[in-house]
Amino acid sequence: MPEHWVIRLPGFSRIVTPEPWRRVGAILLLSLVVLGVSLAVGRVPLSLSQLGVALTTPTSENGLIVIQLRLPRALLGALVGGALGMSGWLFQQVMRNPLASPDIVGVTSGASAAAVGYFSLLATNWGMAWLPLAAILGALSTAFAIYLLAWQRGVAPLRLVLIGIGVSALLGAVTTFILVASPLTTTLSAYVWLTGSVYAANWSEVTALAGWCALLGAALIPLMRLTLLAPLDDALATGIGVRVQWTRALLLVVASMLAGVAVAWGGAFAFVGLVAPHMARMISRTTGTAQAVMAVLFGACMVMLADLLGRTLFLPLDLPAGIFVAAIGAPFFLTLLIRQRR
Amino acid sequence: MRRRLWLFAVAMLGASLLSLMSGAYWFGPLTIWQALWSPSPTDVADLLIRTTRLPRTLVAMVVGASLAVAGCMIQTLTRNPLASPGLLGINAGALLVIVSLVSVWTVMSPWAWYAGALLGATLAAGIVWWVAMRGRSLSGPLHLVLAGAALTALCNAFSQALLVIDQQGLDTVLFWLAGSVAGRPLATIWPLISLALIAMLCVWPLARSMNVLAAGEAVAKGVGLRVYRLQAMMVILIVLLAGTSVAMAGNIAFVGLIVPHIAKGWLPVDHRAWIPGCALLGATLLLLADVVGRVVILPGEVPVGVMTALIGAPVFVALIRRQGVRHA
Repeated sequence: MPEHWVIRLPGFSRIVTPEPWRRVGAILLLSLVVLGVSLAVGRVPLSLSQLGVALTTPTSENGLIVIQLRLPRALLGALVGGALGMSGWLFQQVMRNPLASPDIVGVTSGASAAAVGYFSLLATNWGMAWLPLAAILGALSTAFAIYLLAWQRGVAPLRLVLIGIGVSALLGAVTTFILVASPLTTTLSAYVWLTGSVYAANWSEVTALAGWCALLGAALIPLMRLTLLAPLDDALATGIGVRVQWTRALLLVVASMLAGVAVAWGGAFAFVGLVAPHMARMISRTTGTAQAVMAVLFGACMVMLADLLGRTLFLPLDLPAGIFVAAIGAPFFLTLLIRQRR
Repeated sequence: MRRRLWLFAVAMLGASLLSLMSGAYWFGPLTIWQALWSPSPTDVADLLIRTTRLPRTLVAMVVGASLAVAGCMIQTLTRNPLASPGLLGINAGALLVIVSLVSVWTVMSPWAWYAGALLGATLAAGIVWWVAMRGRSLSGPLHLVLAGAALTALCNAFSQALLVIDQQGLDTVLFWLAGSVAGRPLATIWPLISLALIAMLCVWPLARSMNVLAAGEAVAKGVGLRVYRLQAMMVILIVLLAGTSVAMAGNIAFVGLIVPHIAKGWLPVDHRAWIPGCALLGATLLLLADVVGRVVILPGEVPVGVMTALIGAPVFVALIRRQGVRHA
């Protein structure tokens, strides 16, 4: 195995180290295993051969279960988790802070406040179809507000995080107030949404979210170089020719959009955006595209696994995946802290 | 300094009078004087004041004061100006215990709830403290923050799980999520109030040592302070103060974070001034927030926890902007 691969095209050359990519391959394999298991396990358990038959005959009874119920649900979970993982990685990279993630910086709270407001005020007249739009708008306008509030001749990363925490608390209070003030049935469905759930996912949701993710992912490809430079000190980055403020704003828009679309279709998942990048960092110390891809894959794995647990562990009940995301993520995070101290 | 503290005390008395007066029915100061000192058992106004307004005012006062003092102490302890009692996972731990009492064991007695909340707060703070102290020093406040955030998320996830399964429970504990000082009869609440007051009295003799600790752990050790013992005592007092507050009033954001900053802006750099100043200002702030929340959408009420967040978040943002954090 060579130590580097060199890609040379006219006007473009790149050194690729294969080592982290091999680990990416391993994690990809893990994600596929999780996907396979979540297709096979459920109220109607299937063996491997039954699963194969079901996947090839979409009209059979098992085929319907797998292709119309389990597959879109697992895929939606994977997309939501992947987008949150990427968004968290971007936030941590840009804000140079291991605590930064869409849910702590306030983007998720903005989406939540907008979505819960939509639930209790507009959903009766307009139906649920516009909910994702409300959540995306909420996320984006919150990100914009935080950015403006943090602006003092430029935006410093730490100030951004702290102001995000403040804005997040404010929006959390608004959400709580709406929950308290609205009737109990609305409160309950809004509460499940706030936990984060991919319950009753269908193919149209999957394609819509996949479209957004593809769009944002494509936008990220030319930006990847800049994300790797973002953790540098402002003065240093300026010195090597990065337009610091401009880059920061651009990356924040992409990260907020990613969190916004994920939350719009999956609900306010906490912890994925915080923990998935840390997992990626544990596997690969070198910051690079491979690490970002790992964060995406870990996020996808987390949500898929959490949903799998949520719908199988307490079987007559189908619990929101968000509960299990935190149940997996928080202990991991605490052990990470304890181990670092030694 | 004396004069400023007296001013704060007058402000608090004014706020408490306002809190007794205002609401769906307005009472004059004279009616309140009568209700407090020579009540007649048949008078509706007297009854209303003594059974609902008075407990509410007392709870708001004690909770506001406790949270502010706890906030002041934790900011000294962690040397982090943005620390607040909720950081130790106290609120989330208390909530988790209450939710499990309500939805798993269907306990409906307020006594059990209060005890449970205190227990949950202690456990959560203990775990966070243990995780953060693994290196035998608090030199990295970031670790405390991270551990607190992680434990908060974990507890909240379990609370959410229980509430999603047991949907009746959500209705019962929703006020706890929102934070409220209403509907606490004095007959059940007095042990918590007295516990908080005792804890606040215990803070007072530590104020001088806290001044030394504020100079830095190494310096404090150098001049002969038993740092570890002081830190442990401070944590216990913080848990007592914040725990009783959560048990009485639920999630109340920002009081513990902001009041110390306001108080420090007006008082000399000395914990012996800060502690009483924080207590008085905290009580005033929570009383005013409760009064505003009571009258602003009149047939209904805005929970006081929501009000403090609405007031507190802009102050917090302004604080950060003024401090001018430049580098991470």
